[in-house]
Amino acid sequence: MRRIRNKKAAFLNGMQDGIPIALGYFAVSFSLGIAARNVGLSPAQGFLASALCNASAGEYALFTLIGANAAYWEVALVTLITNARYFLMSCALSQRFSPSTPFFHRLLIGNYITDEFFGIAVSREGDLKPAYYYGAVAVASPCWAVGTALGIRLGLLLSARVVSALSVALYGMFLAIIIPPAKKELSVACCVLAGFACSWAFGAIPALAAISTGTRTILLTVGISAAAALLFPIREEESHA
Amino acid sequence: MHRNLLYILIAFVTVYAVRVLPLTLIRKPIQSRFVRSFLRYVPYVTLAVMTFPAIVEATAIPAAGIAALAVGIAVALWKGNLLAVSGACCAVVFLIELLVQ
Repeated sequence: MRRIRNKKAAFLNGMQDGIPIALGYFAVSFSLGIAARNVGLSPAQGFLASALCNASAGEYALFTLIGANAAYWEVALVTLITNARYFLMSCALSQRFSPSTPFFHRLLIGNYITDEFFGIAVSREGDLKPAYYYGAVAVASPCWAVGTALGIRLGLLLSARVVSALSVALYGMFLAIIIPPAKKELSVACCVLAGFACSWAFGAIPALAAISTGTRTILLTVGISAAAALLFPIREEESHA
Repeated sequence: MHRNLLYILIAFVTVYAVRVLPLTLIRKPIQSRFVRSFLRYVPYVTLAVMTFPAIVEATAIPAAGIAALAVGIAVALWKGNLLAVSGACCAVVFLIELLVQ
């Protein structure tokens, strides 16, 4: 009985944290839908692509390739590159499951590893509760698929001002995840500041600006996290928390 | 028509493999202290890299994005709630763009 109540509480908690994700998803997927419309996708196809792939940059690349009549192997390769950061997130998330969590949860949750769901789930203390994850997915994931279909159907009907305001919802959420631990721990603060600075430098330095944002995310994540791991290795007692 | 569906299916299979392979293959706690430390910092670095300068480029007016960043950090320092920080960022952008345009 108690376990059922805990699950319900975790699910509701996840739904609550899913609301800002849903808002951001709606804004981003709406503009993604406009891109899909331009290459001739139907609202149903856009819905399907978003419901299956759950990827912003990856889907944008997919739509561009459809528009270019690309070869199938090109779609596979570009999808692999634009989504490679999920590989890293999946590695990090693999360490957060309690050993007693049934295996099928890994298969299901894996499909919903996105920047946002990963961000809210990995920053929570203790073992990962699948119910919490599903709560956030239940609220935000439909918005992603519906937003894409609406973007295709309605095009530029939604006021540009509203889209612009909603488009920062996701970044606000990221800040809420990274800033509080940075306040508590010097190591995390260094990671965040280094991330900001290097990411800005990659965009500003002409020789590096040609690197796609997906690749930039991977290179900087690996480089800075490795440096942080050398400079601030975690203490043994922390590791089993 | 069918070609589009096939494209979507290929993208789905690829991205699912990328996401689910580490999660299903790495099922035991990793022993190496370096790898554990590395994986602990991964989320913070990834999110920081994705937030800036993208937040400044997302809005119609860059100044609104900069203001959203400043307000977002301030609210997060004061009170870490996801909805509060996110809502504050949206409100600031909406107000600034309303005043400027």
